[in-house]
Amino acid sequence: MYRYDQYDHLIVKERVAQYRDQVRRRLADELTEEEFLPLRLQNGLYMQRHAYMLRIAVPYGMLSSPQVRMFAHIARKYDRGYGHLTTRQNIQFNWINLEQSPDILAELATVEMHAIQTSGNCIRNTTSDELAGVAADEIIDPRPYAEMIREWSTFHPEFAFLPRKFKIAISGAEQDRAATAVHDIGLHVVKNAEGEVGFRVLVGGGMGRTPIIGSVIREFLPWQHALTYLEAILRVYNQHGRRDNKYKARIKILVKALSAEEFARQVEAEWLDIKDGPATLTAEELQRIAQYFTPPPYETLPATDAGFEGQKTDNKGFANWLKRNVKAHKVSGYAAVILSVKKTGVPPGDITAAQLDFVADLADQYSFGEVRVTHEQNLVLADVKISELFTVWQAVKAQGLATPNIGLLTDIICCPGGDFCSLANAKSIPIAQAIAEKFDNLDFQHDIGDIELNISGCINACGHHHVGNIGILGVDKDGSEWYQVSIGGAQGNNTSIGKIIGPSFSAQQMPVVIERLLNVYVQQRTEEELFIDTVQRLGIAPFKEFVYASPIPTGYTHGEDACVY
Amino acid sequence: MLVSTNIIKNREVVADDWSVLRLNEGDSADSVSIPAGKVIVPFSVWNARRAQLLERAEVGVWLGSDAQADVVKDDLAHFSLVAVDFPKFTDGRGYSIAYNLRTRLGYNGELRAIGDVLRDQLFYMQRVGFNAFAVRADKDINDALKGLTDFSEKYQTSWDEKTPLFRRVQRQAVSQD
Ligand code: HEM
Ligand code: SF4
Repeated sequence: MYRYDQYDHLIVKERVAQYRDQVRRRLADELTEEEFLPLRLQNGLYMQRHAYMLRIAVPYGMLSSPQVRMFAHIARKYDRGYGHLTTRQNIQFNWINLEQSPDILAELATVEMHAIQTSGNCIRNTTSDELAGVAADEIIDPRPYAEMIREWSTFHPEFAFLPRKFKIAISGAEQDRAATAVHDIGLHVVKNAEGEVGFRVLVGGGMGRTPIIGSVIREFLPWQHALTYLEAILRVYNQHGRRDNKYKARIKILVKALSAEEFARQVEAEWLDIKDGPATLTAEELQRIAQYFTPPPYETLPATDAGFEGQKTDNKGFANWLKRNVKAHKVSGYAAVILSVKKTGVPPGDITAAQLDFVADLADQYSFGEVRVTHEQNLVLADVKISELFTVWQAVKAQGLATPNIGLLTDIICCPGGDFCSLANAKSIPIAQAIAEKFDNLDFQHDIGDIELNISGCINACGHHHVGNIGILGVDKDGSEWYQVSIGGAQGNNTSIGKIIGPSFSAQQMPVVIERLLNVYVQQRTEEELFIDTVQRLGIAPFKEFVYASPIPTGYTHGEDACVY
Repeated sequence: MLVSTNIIKNREVVADDWSVLRLNEGDSADSVSIPAGKVIVPFSVWNARRAQLLERAEVGVWLGSDAQADVVKDDLAHFSLVAVDFPKFTDGRGYSIAYNLRTRLGYNGELRAIGDVLRDQLFYMQRVGFNAFAVRADKDINDALKGLTDFSEKYQTSWDEKTPLFRRVQRQAVSQD
């Protein structure tokens, strides 16, 4: 894992001092709220519905155990004892007060952490594959490149006041686990015919109000040119992106207006000027950074273990967990374990201080002291010995982090919605909870198989609803909360944007709507077909027809009792 | 009438005797009256009144944030200073304009940020090539001066720093223990 040197320490320390003074000036009214807003956003501090929320950067999702313990400490000391994992591999605390925020940053700095550029109209925290470095299908480890991008984008003087926020994602495996197609820039590490490493560059993807899948503007960019090429893209965007309308300010709108070909032409023209300049990456720099991502001291182990095989056959619960929550590893005798932060009854992605401490200890004991955050709001222990999986499972189970539902119906991606977010049109957490409760039966979930259900409380799409196989979007109709449903969205190698099935539903109707969608799938599926395949084969028509075929009770209230059906 | 105000120039607070001409509603570049003395005119006025302005000993021009640096490419030699306007401090186009003026067009004279110029942007502004700052009049200019020294290191290149950190220094992780 990347470790700070004196320069990283210095920059983060100076940031804390700068921010502390900005807060002081705000409190002394030397800065107006309007002037302070972009400054605090570039430090991850949002004003939410009830309190300030602080979003802390987890560069490309990588954490050390001391960092995880620091989260636990922050949760206890400055918040209400829990944090929230986000779809951008970050963590958020929901109950922060402004006066204490500089102290939190100072504490974070002691474990090489910060909240730099986790919000605001600048280049945001770069995201990547949560299985980077261990995935069986990896071509090249993307983390050294992600780190080079982190450094380059940190306080980039020219790109701190862009037309809009700017997100970069990088993936180096055959299977894209970083949702690169729905980012402002998506980078795929590829090798050309000569075996040289480079990037396929996608631009102009994004969700929000206008969901668009990114366009490839360069099939192969030699890795040395990564930063100068990014600079060229950003310069074209900074000058030509729309600033008259916040909703049309993302780079996707510019790329669409110009066409990907014309946009690419402008970028190439801009790039000619800086190509091969001093910002060109060097083999020495790649090597310096790559040394932080060398494999941990793995033992030489057989592919499996007799004890493990026995535990697997003897214990159905363990077997279920293995099937869903444990992923193949490129090193023999090891596996990657996903800790499900999706237990029924808990808001998706919410994690308590005690759980954070537990995860840190577990990582120290079983996974070389490292933890990762996934963009599905779960955690990963990437390097667990197969022979220790059973012990790990038992420990994790006791902490409520072993629900065997990774990739299943109740592994819901869900934004904070109306319970916290001041932009929300509707609540999302209670919808996720109602659905999770209704389909809590694991046999049923395993029978349905891989499915992504994503919920956003408004069109901003923080919950990735556009790319959910089932997407739920909170909408406002005459001041009350309704939910619009889309199906057929997908992330990964075949990213697609879901299609809306029809008029929206009330909160109480949602579990039944999901049930009906699943009914159509179960009746129509061919063997081995996943929900998304059936939707793609049949289109939305049969789903739509069945969901709307008969009225769904809307629920009513009797005094204090809410009766749903 | 000219009022001398203070600006930040080359990291010092100094008196300044330039005035900035802005077109009000109803003014046209062709007919607006250009004050005597050292004046920074909008690019449109420069364009429309070139011959007249060339007679002056010293003239400055300012670009709006929607301009491209290229528009002044052939005229740079005539200007004692070039200014870039920040209509809102959140409008970041001026940073790319400045960068292009300095690097692509090789402009070496005074480059001044005008408009909504505030302390917390100065560090970035100097990095892309501004060396003069007309800090917004209602703000304390001595306080703003501190904004130039918020950071003592930077990772990436820009006008002020041609060599990225990774080429400039030997880097190695330091133990926290
Ligand atoms: C205070 C809470 C939050 C606020 C005010 C907020 C605000 C926003 C806004 C305004 C957008 C729309 C940007 C646009 O596309 O134009 C957005 C998009 C997004 N946010 Fe949030 N957000 C919040 C919490 C979260 C959380 C908790 C997550 C992760 C779970 C998240 C992840 C995202 C993602 C992935 C997008 C979509 C980006 C895209 O279109 O490419 N946000 N958010
Ligand atoms: S999708 Fe909307 S409601 Fe949900 S967190 Fe984002 S801005 Fe808030």
